[in-house]
Amino acid sequence: VCIHRVRSCSGIRFIKSKYVCVYDKSALKFSHQQRLFRTSAVSCGQIVQFKLSDIGEGITEVTVKEWYIKEGDSVSQFDSICEVQSDKASVTITSRYDGIIRKLHYNLDEIAYVGKPLVDIEIDASKGVASEEDVVETPPMSHEEHTHQEIKGHKTLATPAVRRLAMENNIKLSEVVGTGKDNRILKEDILNYLAKQTGAILPPSPKAEIIPPLPKSETVPAASKDKARKIPVPVSRPIVFSGKDKTEPLTGFHKAMVKTMSAALKIPHFGYCDEIDLTQLVQLREELKPVAQIRGVKLSFMPFFIKAASLGLLQYPILNASLDESCQNVTYKASHNIGVAMDTEQGLIVPNVKNVQVCSVFEIASELNRLQSLGSAGQLGTNDLTGGTFTLSNIGTIGGTYAKPVILPPEVAIGALGKIQVLPRFNRKGEVFKAQIMNVSWSADHRIIDGATMARFSNLWKSYLENPASMLLDLK
Amino acid sequence: MVLQSSLKNCLQLSCILRTPKAGFRSTTSGGLIIQSISNDVYQNLAVEDWIHDHMNLENRQVLFLWRNSPAVVIGRHQNPWQECNLRLLRQKNIKLARRRSGGGTVYHDLGNINLTFFTTRKKYERMENLKLVVKALKALRPQLDVHVTDRYDILLDRHYKISGTAAKLGRTTAYHHCTLLCNADKFILSSVLKSPYKGLKSNATPSVPASVKNLFEEDPSLTCEMLLDAIAEEYATQHQIGHHITLINPADETVLPGISNKTKELQTWEWVYGKTPKFSVSTCLNMVYKDSVLDVKVDMDVKHGRIEVCKIDLPEQWLPPALCSELVKSLTGSKFCSNETTTLAATLLRVCPQDDELQTRWNLLCENMTMLM
Repeated sequence: VCIHRVRSCSGIRFIKSKYVCVYDKSALKFSHQQRLFRTSAVSCGQIVQFKLSDIGEGITEVTVKEWYIKEGDSVSQFDSICEVQSDKASVTITSRYDGIIRKLHYNLDEIAYVGKPLVDIEIDASKGVASEEDVVETPPMSHEEHTHQEIKGHKTLATPAVRRLAMENNIKLSEVVGTGKDNRILKEDILNYLAKQTGAILPPSPKAEIIPPLPKSETVPAASKDKARKIPVPVSRPIVFSGKDKTEPLTGFHKAMVKTMSAALKIPHFGYCDEIDLTQLVQLREELKPVAQIRGVKLSFMPFFIKAASLGLLQYPILNASLDESCQNVTYKASHNIGVAMDTEQGLIVPNVKNVQVCSVFEIASELNRLQSLGSAGQLGTNDLTGGTFTLSNIGTIGGTYAKPVILPPEVAIGALGKIQVLPRFNRKGEVFKAQIMNVSWSADHRIIDGATMARFSNLWKSYLENPASMLLDLK
Repeated sequence: MVLQSSLKNCLQLSCILRTPKAGFRSTTSGGLIIQSISNDVYQNLAVEDWIHDHMNLENRQVLFLWRNSPAVVIGRHQNPWQECNLRLLRQKNIKLARRRSGGGTVYHDLGNINLTFFTTRKKYERMENLKLVVKALKALRPQLDVHVTDRYDILLDRHYKISGTAAKLGRTTAYHHCTLLCNADKFILSSVLKSPYKGLKSNATPSVPASVKNLFEEDPSLTCEMLLDAIAEEYATQHQIGHHITLINPADETVLPGISNKTKELQTWEWVYGKTPKFSVSTCLNMVYKDSVLDVKVDMDVKHGRIEVCKIDLPEQWLPPALCSELVKSLTGSKFCSNETTTLAATLLRVCPQDDELQTRWNLLCENMTMLM
């Protein structure tokens, strides 16, 4: 195979070049393509052996690396069939025909030979002549058009179904902007062209397989997935939704969560909610934030919530316990390993801060920073994710006020924190003031925890947070 | 002549790509040199995809110049577990990308330049491109001993590899890209390109390790900018076009419609890891537990980056058999990914009766399992 390097002439040749993002019809031209494919005269229903065409550089054999289709699949002209590799070059082999794949001549990692059959394709009888040239054009064309749409060498990429649609509507394929792969003309392109002709505005296609360059009338590019449509839909045109349900198996982490949550719901839950006035804590945190910053730690509200919970657990250790499977024994856990529910790409992950009972608020904050950065990088270790004894879920960072959290076995209690809202409240003098209010929703295992215990724990926790100075008295 | 970074050039490019006006043809026929303003490996690979899919290269070839912040780039049909130290990559925040061309694994950082030569499929000719690069280097520094091998590498002093090549051929267009080491971090390069994963058996394209050297080591006066400029100049001369580099922004959807989707696709797990050819892991975990060493045989088949088959051979009763079979069941179909395994295992532990002994053993097993991924 001779490969000619083009030396561009100094004179200006009248070249018609093809560009994708052309909106101006007059500038739309198609180029000559000097491909030397043999036009195969095929009859209907025949099985054709599609041979592996020349790769270039004198290469005679390649390795088949991936099949994009399997036997029985239907393919259109220019669909990708397989990926082959030869000496650091990866080549995408595309189909020359429309039809059904009947046989793959090679398995993965086998050597395929140039010029030898790659796949057998059964040409669909009803689709007519499956050659590459755009042969049939009903509307009268100017001589110029003829010159540039000569049978030999001209390529207007479109499946026979699309060509028929164009024919039926008296559309010159050369005037349609192709938005498919390799500028192939799709059905949507014909419809768009029609719409422009009649002045109707079409809604963007709900399926976003390819993001085409948009016609001037639309404002936002790549918005085909955007549900908020800016273009009004005309009444006469029926809206066709071609979306399909998608079923996937549950795998890995999600499969494991099914097991855990099923076990969790066997626990008889009861809920208890309350409202916390965080006005003083908000102020305290503002003062302490820069101090922590200097030490290289980002201080949120969580370290305070966690430490206050631990102080509460010292008084009500039943909330930091575990019930055995047979419900015969209760184990009071010595360590307060308080879990913090974290929202990551994977889903809900609950790493825990170990031994909060001996940690300062600053140490808790520092540990939270570490867990958060590991969590977002997907690098949390098993040790960080296991051994929790009590959990706090800060769902308020996303939103919401009250929640009904699910206890994570083998724990017996969990608290969900809503968002902090600025609300009017009455103070002791009966005056209205601006309060920073947060709601907490507790869930506990009713087999070993009663409502009174939960309420008292919550009150204690609440008092520490509403009056942070009181935490100082009990800090260990 | 160096780079012109004005907005005017970006608009000019969008005009070149869209409407063929007679005025442009005479100046831009034959060739176009573009350079990316981004150092994001995914964005730059997406530009290659975009040009490959959308530009007509019949009468005009394109040279694309780009550099990336630290990243490891594996070939289309390679196995990332086989090629690099994924743990180290995550620790050092080095990105992992899979390109669409074939070939082996390379390490990119800002001390490495990438050149992509776009042509029609018929005019695909790697040797010519590499000879162009060598000619440019010699024009810049005549004393450099650089030459092209028949494996399409460029060697310095007959011994050190300074450039690797890969190519992608589509139906009508093709591209050949290569790296060029100017001043890359060789220490990180060698440590990330060493795979610690044992027991892997795969038909994926293996990389051929080579001794590398930076051009900077040979001549400290060389910089990436100088190399880019020299190559652009040589390309311009050979294609008889003006030495003019047009800057493009790979995030600009108006100039490159559809580019953000291409960028996103290159970052998906399904592309980076899921495209790994089928492979198997067969190894023995040597777990140190309380003064003894436990041998645990592990066999896994991984297809599309997911565990198809999983077998773990533990000493009897070391862990509750029900829990072990749950682990195997959950791992089957799960991504071959350390994070996925860790979170999965931690979640499963909750359904088991708790004791510290069990937890320690469980964590030990899971840590060892994740070391394989």
